[in-house]
Amino acid sequence: MYFLRRLIFAVPLLLVISALAFALVHLAPGGPFDRERAPASPEIERNLKAAYHLDEPLWKQYFRYFGLVWEKDADGRWQHASASFDISYKYRNQRVSDIIAQALPVSMTLGGLSFCLAMAVGLPLGFVTAARRGRWEDYAGSFLSVLAVCVPSFVVAPLLILVFAIKWHWLPVALWESPMHAILPVTALGLFFAGKVARLMREGMLNAMQSEFVTAARAKGLGESTLLLKHAVRTAVLPVVSYSGPMLADLLTGSFVIENIFQIPGIGVFFINSSLNADYMMTIDLALLYAVLLIVLNLIVDFSYTLLDPRVKYE
Amino acid sequence: MVMGCFLVASFCLLAAGCVRREQPADVTIINNAEPESLDPAIISGIPEFRIAIGLFEGLTRLDPKTARPVPGLAQGWDISPDGCIYTFHLRTNLVWSTGEPITADDVVYSWLRAASPAMASDYAEEFFYLKNGEAFVTGKIKDPSLVGVRATDKFTVRVELNHPTAFFLDLCALPVMSVVPRQTIAKYGDRWLMARPLPSCGPFELAYWRPNDKVRLKKNPLYWDAANTRSQIIDILPVGSPDTALNLYERGQADLVLDRTLVPGELLDVLLQRPDFHSFDYLGTYFIRFNVTKKPFDDPRVRRALALAIDKERIVKKITRAGEQPAATLVPPGTANYTPPPGLGYDPALARKLLAEAGYPEGRGFPRFEYMFNAAAGGGDKVHEAIAIELQQMWRDNLGIQMDLRQVEWKVLLSSYSHLDFELARSSWIGDYADANTFLDCFISNNGNNRTGWKNAQYDALINAANAQPDVKKRGQIFQQAETLLVRDEMPIIPIFYYIGLNYFDTNKIQGFYQNVLDDHPLQTIHKVKTVK
Repeated sequence: MYFLRRLIFAVPLLLVISALAFALVHLAPGGPFDRERAPASPEIERNLKAAYHLDEPLWKQYFRYFGLVWEKDADGRWQHASASFDISYKYRNQRVSDIIAQALPVSMTLGGLSFCLAMAVGLPLGFVTAARRGRWEDYAGSFLSVLAVCVPSFVVAPLLILVFAIKWHWLPVALWESPMHAILPVTALGLFFAGKVARLMREGMLNAMQSEFVTAARAKGLGESTLLLKHAVRTAVLPVVSYSGPMLADLLTGSFVIENIFQIPGIGVFFINSSLNADYMMTIDLALLYAVLLIVLNLIVDFSYTLLDPRVKYE
Repeated sequence: MVMGCFLVASFCLLAAGCVRREQPADVTIINNAEPESLDPAIISGIPEFRIAIGLFEGLTRLDPKTARPVPGLAQGWDISPDGCIYTFHLRTNLVWSTGEPITADDVVYSWLRAASPAMASDYAEEFFYLKNGEAFVTGKIKDPSLVGVRATDKFTVRVELNHPTAFFLDLCALPVMSVVPRQTIAKYGDRWLMARPLPSCGPFELAYWRPNDKVRLKKNPLYWDAANTRSQIIDILPVGSPDTALNLYERGQADLVLDRTLVPGELLDVLLQRPDFHSFDYLGTYFIRFNVTKKPFDDPRVRRALALAIDKERIVKKITRAGEQPAATLVPPGTANYTPPPGLGYDPALARKLLAEAGYPEGRGFPRFEYMFNAAAGGGDKVHEAIAIELQQMWRDNLGIQMDLRQVEWKVLLSSYSHLDFELARSSWIGDYADANTFLDCFISNNGNNRTGWKNAQYDALINAANAQPDVKKRGQIFQQAETLLVRDEMPIIPIFYYIGLNYFDTNKIQGFYQNVLDDHPLQTIHKVKTVK
């Protein structure tokens, strides 16, 4: 029931987001048809704007986005006008959905793998640094995780390329053609999140180790390793779980920096370029896509809480 | 356990996501941007042109070495004595890559489609030279049969022009005038380029086009000159980052890198020493626009003073550094039958004198003004910004005037141009064909590319007179008078330097690629040298 209600509330939320995105792209200076070569005559410019309905009042353009416009045709009959959400002003031979269909799976693969990497590296690292608190393993591990968080991907990626692709020729420098091509971008993208997960996991473990139920279990004579691995971990992982919703939404929708450096045909570059190009519909579509992912993933996170922590219940 | 999950997940995702088995290309070319479109009627950018000329051809095409027009789909033509009527004779063996014949009707259809108001083509003004072309493009006449192009029989196209147009055969090689498949367009509308197989009439067919990934062209065996198409498969990659382009090239994943902007700025000095980095003269000029509708820039003396106070030599030596030449004129050297007039040089003393005459001795009382420029795309090198800072300093030191810098996004700059919402702004122009008109025409009073507010009846009259003049020598002289007005007397613009073309490839591995002033590279001659194992 709770989750159904959340889903229903998501609809007005998305409407608000779409309206905001719509207003913002139109507020930004420079339009889709401000081009390097000026149109041969003002008539041509007017024709172009009329063909894409950019000359209409904004509210009408907004309704048209959803396909909620009916117009009188030449014979005076009311006709449904097609929705405009799928139109790209920049890529005029393609639909936004064509581009998303090609590019999103690539970004999802890249992001999914980076997520796995972040978890596979971050969780054990966080666990070890917490379990060995104050010893050299803690200092080394914490240093590494802070480093991963602090050094941005546009520094990590060229360094990785320099060492593994240009010096040693182990891996390709760029492009997206085989599993080998995925290793460097996944690492460059995943390291930041691995560091973040390790920090969260460490905090979570430390809190869990001081909590009453762990003390109680220890008093009952439970072995230290069982205690940590079986009991403490389950609550320690909760901050990581809540972070993983937005993190996954972030990762799955691609990264401008990584896709640019490795020439990966993902959706991340379109997020940035569509707004620079004043490709209005694509900008709004992508904003909504991101919003939907965020809402759905946060729902999944909240749901997984009930599985991990028996204290959490949604009414 | 976690590691195990990671491995399994990785394997599944990789297996599903990024394994591709493809035939390797014969030649891989790095182009600097994802094509907006491949429809010859609407494209206007160089990355698009580079691909489109492989797919669609016009009545003429450009010679790869000289960039001069040579017979394309037309095997020859007759020109009437007054230079106003062109009769093109199509080759009789022309077919689309899908097998259907290409006729004169297809040519007429393609031109009228590109010229139609509904198409709103950026290059529609090239049809203004046709009889009734302007009226048709701007929607003043609706009847296409009034336009000066028609098919007199299956293989003959008769073109009627308003006046003798010296560069008309050059125009026929522009993508906007190339021939496109009527039936496919009728069937698929504006998504016709997604149709497979896509009928093409050029040396290549479109194998596939994956956004931001790759365009693959394969040889069109039915092209009239297929015997001279040297590569079977050409891949074109839209790489925008110069570092990535250089990395791919160095690792042998790309054979040719085709853009000046794809040479990393920090490495320019080192790379230019290498034998595989080639620079060449190019028809393009970097210049500054004045908004002459704003004070004090409505005074030609002020504009000339600002121009005379710029040490352009310093800009090309210190900032651009690829061998660019300082420019005193808008038209670069290298256009056909034209030598630009002498312009203004660097003369700070004269500049100060002019500024004093205009009422601002030592720059006193000169209002603060703003210089607008765009951020380089894709995080590339900051040439525009560096030039802006240099100008700011030169004008302060030489004239005692203060300028503010304003960096904006590209679209904002373009919008400011068209609304004349700037004081000074950086700009540039690249020639479409090797004739001075492609530059000078922009500054006619009512041209949309004028973008300075400068209107000069004498200039307009000179350009029109030049274009009506059949004698190429006299025509050149009239253009010189016009350009003298533009870059010496009136100066609505200050030319800064002539662009230089720059590309990189190993001449021992790649052949059939030539440098020309238009940076135009027909794909059919490009091929890799076969190495004997």
